[in-house]
Amino acid sequence: MIRVVNLHKSFGHLHVLRGVNFSVAPSEVVCVIGPSGSGKSTLLRCINQLEKADSGHIYIDNEELTHPKTDINKIRQQVGMVFQLFNLFPHKTTLENITLAPIKIKGVDKAAAEELAMELLRKVGLTDKAHVYPNKLSGGQKQRVAIARALAMQPKVMLFDEPTSALDPEMVGEVLAVMQDLAVEGMTMVVVTHEMGFAREVGDRVVFMDEGVIMEEGTPEEIFNNPRNPRTRSFLSKVL
Amino acid sequence: MPGLELFGLGFLDSITSQYGYRVVTNNIGYFLGGAWYTVFITAISLAIGMVLGLFAGLGKLTSNKFLYYLSTAYIDFFRGTPLFVQIFLLYFGVLPMIYDNDPVSSAIIALGLNSGAYIGEIVRAGIQAVDVGQMEAARSLGMNHRQAMTYVILPQAFKIVIPPLINEFIALLKDSSLVSAISVAELMHRGDLVFANTYQAWVFGAVAVIYFIMTKTISVIGDHVERRLATD
Ligand SMILES: Nc1ncnc2c1ncn2[C@@H]1O[C@H](COP(=O)(O)OP(=O)(O)O)[C@@H](O)[C@H]1O
Ligand SMILES: [Mg+2]
Repeated sequence: MIRVVNLHKSFGHLHVLRGVNFSVAPSEVVCVIGPSGSGKSTLLRCINQLEKADSGHIYIDNEELTHPKTDINKIRQQVGMVFQLFNLFPHKTTLENITLAPIKIKGVDKAAAEELAMELLRKVGLTDKAHVYPNKLSGGQKQRVAIARALAMQPKVMLFDEPTSALDPEMVGEVLAVMQDLAVEGMTMVVVTHEMGFAREVGDRVVFMDEGVIMEEGTPEEIFNNPRNPRTRSFLSKVL
Repeated sequence: MPGLELFGLGFLDSITSQYGYRVVTNNIGYFLGGAWYTVFITAISLAIGMVLGLFAGLGKLTSNKFLYYLSTAYIDFFRGTPLFVQIFLLYFGVLPMIYDNDPVSSAIIALGLNSGAYIGEIVRAGIQAVDVGQMEAARSLGMNHRQAMTYVILPQAFKIVIPPLINEFIALLKDSSLVSAISVAELMHRGDLVFANTYQAWVFGAVAVIYFIMTKTISVIGDHVERRLATD
């Protein structure tokens, strides 16, 4: 589904991604863990081209994103992204946040888009907030709306960049529950997270990143119970 | 008031003289006609300035080098030199080379170009004040740059830009008094003419009050618009 080959990315002199190789199978849930500054966000942002990689190749469904002829807007419609700080559109209601892209770029008619949006709001448990503006929502509710907004484009893959890091502890659970439902339904997901419980329970595979490379990857049992790389061990001893 | 003559302020005596105010009541129709002229010139200049400002503001943010430097040069020149000088330069120097220019159209062009530069900076700042995460969220949903601008960035920038735009409207209306120097018959010019004939400083009191009523009207309308937009 996603294949990343020898990806490099620098910001000025800072070499952030130093040859990342990684792939995700359809319906797989991959959790990316690692210390702050290790390049996790940069990797996700390269996958939907919010950052341009310096070298290397990225394929989604065998289509090469990094090829200059690829229509990046088309690809992005198939890749949903959920941000740490939600990034809801403050001038639009919940419902409008969700229907904007389907109506304006896919040309879905308004009634059909709203019907799908209501269905998604039911899924994330927020039908009663359809006509409310984002400033009236709690952090957890915002993030659930952001997930519904991304799902409204009916993406093949969902990328999550620390979706619960900006939330008060009591709201983390509601967002993780929505993500778990998605995983159970068979959505292909890449989740950058510090929620080790989620990675262990929901992840099919855990990837440990440090200093711009993937140091170790394996099943949650392998990574959490028998980490081979000393870096992984030291990181886990600090966070668990 | 004896002694004022010493400072060349003898005309202030007229304020205290018994019937000096009559110069205002006698000429009120003439002044209001000038005020109407002021509104007319300001409104057209503002329309020009808004269009120029939108392009100049977007030009400062584009990756197109040519448009960037063109917008920067335009904004820098008109913000970096006095409006009074610009009016004279355009009226006596530049515009006569282009067409058989008259005071009114020259005044409108000068004020329009000048306000366009200020509005350009307002537009640029307004767009940049929208959180970068908004553009990223829009792009990640598959919108191209233009769609993201149209549906997500500009509507938010619009709200941010309202208060500084109101300030610019007010500044422009007041600055339009400078075109009295090229004898456009707007409010200040008419005040000048009446004063030259009467030496009654009441004239300028009346002119000030009329300007104040106009600027106050703009700010009251502006506050109203701002409040309306803030509710959603
Ligand atoms: N746009 C940028 N400009 C400059 N440096 C950046 C930019 N984005 C990220 N970085 C730097 O790249 C490194 C990796 O960042 P990031 O991918 O966000 O790490 P992580 O998500 O693992 O915490 C950090 O040192 C960060 O400061
Ligand atoms: Mg990060």
